[in-house]
Amino acid sequence: MDTADNNALRERLAEQFAEFVEDAFILTKNEELRPYECDGLSAYRHVPLMVVLPSDIGQVQAIMRICRREQVPVVARGAGTGLSGGALPLENGVLLSLARFNRILGIDADNLCATVQPGVRNLAISEAARPYGLYYAPDPSSQIACTIGGNVAENAGGVHCLKYGLTVNNLLSLQVVTVDGELITIGGAGLDSPGYDLLALMTGSEGMLGIVVEVTVKLLPIPERAQVAMAAFDNVETAGQAVADIIAEGILPAGLEMMDKPSLRAAEDFVHAGYPTEAAAILLCEVDGDNEEVSEEIARVRQRLLDSGATEVRTASDDAERARFWAGRKAAFPAVGRISPDYYCMDGTIPRKHLPRVLREIASMSEEFGLRAANVFHAGDGNLHPLILYNGNAPGELERAEQFGGRILELCVEVGGTITGEHGVGLEKINQMCAQFPPEELEMFHAIKAAFDPLGLLNPGKAIPTLNRCAEFGAMHVKAGNLRFPHLERF
Amino acid sequence: MGDIASQLQQQVRAAFDAQTPLRLRGGDSKAFYGNHVEGEEVDLRGHSGVVSYEPTELVLSARGGTPLAEIEALLAEHGQQLTFEPPHFAEGATIGGAIASGLAGPLRPWGGAPRDVLLGVKLLDGQGRILNFGGQVMKNVAGYDVSRLMAGAQGTLGALLEVSLKVLPAPPKTRTLVMDLNRQPALKRMRELSRQPVPLSGAAWHDGRLYLRLSGAHASVNAWRERIGGERLAENTTFWQRLRDQQLDFFKQDGTLWRLSLAGNTPRLDCEQQVIVDWAGAQRWMFSDVNAHAIREQAAALGGHAQAFRKAERDADIDTFAPMPPLLLQLHRELKQRFDPQGILNPGRLFQ
Repeated sequence: MDTADNNALRERLAEQFAEFVEDAFILTKNEELRPYECDGLSAYRHVPLMVVLPSDIGQVQAIMRICRREQVPVVARGAGTGLSGGALPLENGVLLSLARFNRILGIDADNLCATVQPGVRNLAISEAARPYGLYYAPDPSSQIACTIGGNVAENAGGVHCLKYGLTVNNLLSLQVVTVDGELITIGGAGLDSPGYDLLALMTGSEGMLGIVVEVTVKLLPIPERAQVAMAAFDNVETAGQAVADIIAEGILPAGLEMMDKPSLRAAEDFVHAGYPTEAAAILLCEVDGDNEEVSEEIARVRQRLLDSGATEVRTASDDAERARFWAGRKAAFPAVGRISPDYYCMDGTIPRKHLPRVLREIASMSEEFGLRAANVFHAGDGNLHPLILYNGNAPGELERAEQFGGRILELCVEVGGTITGEHGVGLEKINQMCAQFPPEELEMFHAIKAAFDPLGLLNPGKAIPTLNRCAEFGAMHVKAGNLRFPHLERF
Repeated sequence: MGDIASQLQQQVRAAFDAQTPLRLRGGDSKAFYGNHVEGEEVDLRGHSGVVSYEPTELVLSARGGTPLAEIEALLAEHGQQLTFEPPHFAEGATIGGAIASGLAGPLRPWGGAPRDVLLGVKLLDGQGRILNFGGQVMKNVAGYDVSRLMAGAQGTLGALLEVSLKVLPAPPKTRTLVMDLNRQPALKRMRELSRQPVPLSGAAWHDGRLYLRLSGAHASVNAWRERIGGERLAENTTFWQRLRDQQLDFFKQDGTLWRLSLAGNTPRLDCEQQVIVDWAGAQRWMFSDVNAHAIREQAAALGGHAQAFRKAERDADIDTFAPMPPLLLQLHRELKQRFDPQGILNPGRLFQ
């Protein structure tokens, strides 16, 4: 479509939207559209055809009916903190921002749930629930900014997934506007509903099956107490074995995180968390529950870590020390950003037992490509975030980092893991989907998409590659310098 | 124990070509659940065996026909469990059936449903294609979550050849408390306790008594047992197992056994006559003289739904499941068509 056609389309749409959306919330000028050109993955940028910010469900329905009639693609967007380009706009498409859907509609403490609009921030739910002694468990690191609608779209995780699950495990119901502008309710007031589990199908579908306009999440009682132990190891394999030993002990930690030497040193230099910088790796193991349970378990964790060969185990003596232990982990990404001009963050998940092999191979790839790597690891659930350090201004480094990253993801698939644990496929990893899934499975994904959206108007081109695309396989890139919201924790 | 995937595949392919309806079966322990299916039998029991299990990975993969009892015994040996506390109902229940039925036991509000622990599936679809979705890792957002879609689909989208499940350590200590309480105060008590960080693992009311199960660290269970009070049931009480498998005398009544799924604090519905309250109020087993339509209306009015779980003969024509709104039903048909274009897999079991 050429510019003249786009201009005509933009005007036609704006005119129709203006019948029910105030002018201030229909953006069509280039300078108004620029802020929306990318999400948290700023390596990809498209200025959308236009942006519309509806304020109620009826408006979203009307917008979808118009877009359906005009056959214009629609990309939904929450806070735009996603790291895989899931909310990347289309030059010939409408960007539907749910930013004005920012109200908490109700906290039903007696039924342990909260009903919120999709533009409500993740952390705001827990803040609103706190007076009732409740909280919302999934805690993606960008939780002060990311919205629950985006969390649903990406099936967001966090550091507490092993014990408390992902977004999909913490939802009760959704209100969804279909591509035809119809409103459907998925899930219900109880713990299940008739028919297929569309709640699970919708979660993590990256805005490609419908527009989520209302979310009811489960709330949990706030644990009485949390306690963290930090253990140092003189080699990574011992640390990996210690993780397995804790699990074998029958303990289910609320959080279990590992950092290797490059990442723990960078973090220590940055925030002075008190990490032992001579260690080859450290583990952070948090347990939570009531007072009695935490005392019992932290003692077992401590003993187990020592028996497993930890050179040192420290238990946080108070909340301040606990916060400091975590601060280092949570600052790992920006800390690495300080020691390298750029870095590329990967997000593979592997069966935990393969950690030593994967780390060894990453180390040898690091030599092969002549680029440093630092690893942070959600050790409890096997989600590995290797950070590849490179200098985008040095000729050839960017391409090498790209190849290095691609090889890591392929390695994750090879050991029985996955190319993305929690950041989503979006546009970033769409090529690696070809390594993860054979053609018949990809065809089934497209068939599912077609069941909801036969014309392919909802966030087209994301998450599921066409079979043709799989013929042209190649990794893409994030530049640390372009990471938006650099003040947010990323881990 | 064995791998008969290719044999099953041939059977489904032949049925696809001939448009022969198929009735998928495992142990047939849950054959009563769902609408009646007429079709050529596909027996999945021969496709059996644990494929991989390493306790420290917290993941178990097994073929669909593996007996549930075998899996639970294996997990128990390693101090682990399936957190959805699957109902068996009868001997011979299989893991494939446990997942496909989507049913969960008394631990459900805290331990989740089959869909919550299902990490991956190997699926035999209605064209006889073997497809793999998800995997053996806890976190995986590559592609749509087709695995979880299979939980509760009752085989209408495909036969579960293999499932990978998240398993968790079994709690070190479990104890049950009982107290005499009328229904409404019992429900109130369940909801109050659910809101606090109590290590609850069961909350049911039956015949004037409130049953509370506590599971967790020794110190924690002991402390809460003191705080909550009530009479202590023997450690080896079979109450929860008999509730889970519907072996309590309550379940032996004549008539259709209804299952109500509601928000936990929903007060007694008009239709609720003979009732066991489970899941801290969110699941209610009921016998009632009220007609099916009225039961469904009452549940739906409060955001819940009612299932004719075990139908008496005179109610054989009642749909097991509450009707879906037209748009949702249309989506279901579209999805079914993608997985099973000839409509040969358990036709009508879930919806028409």
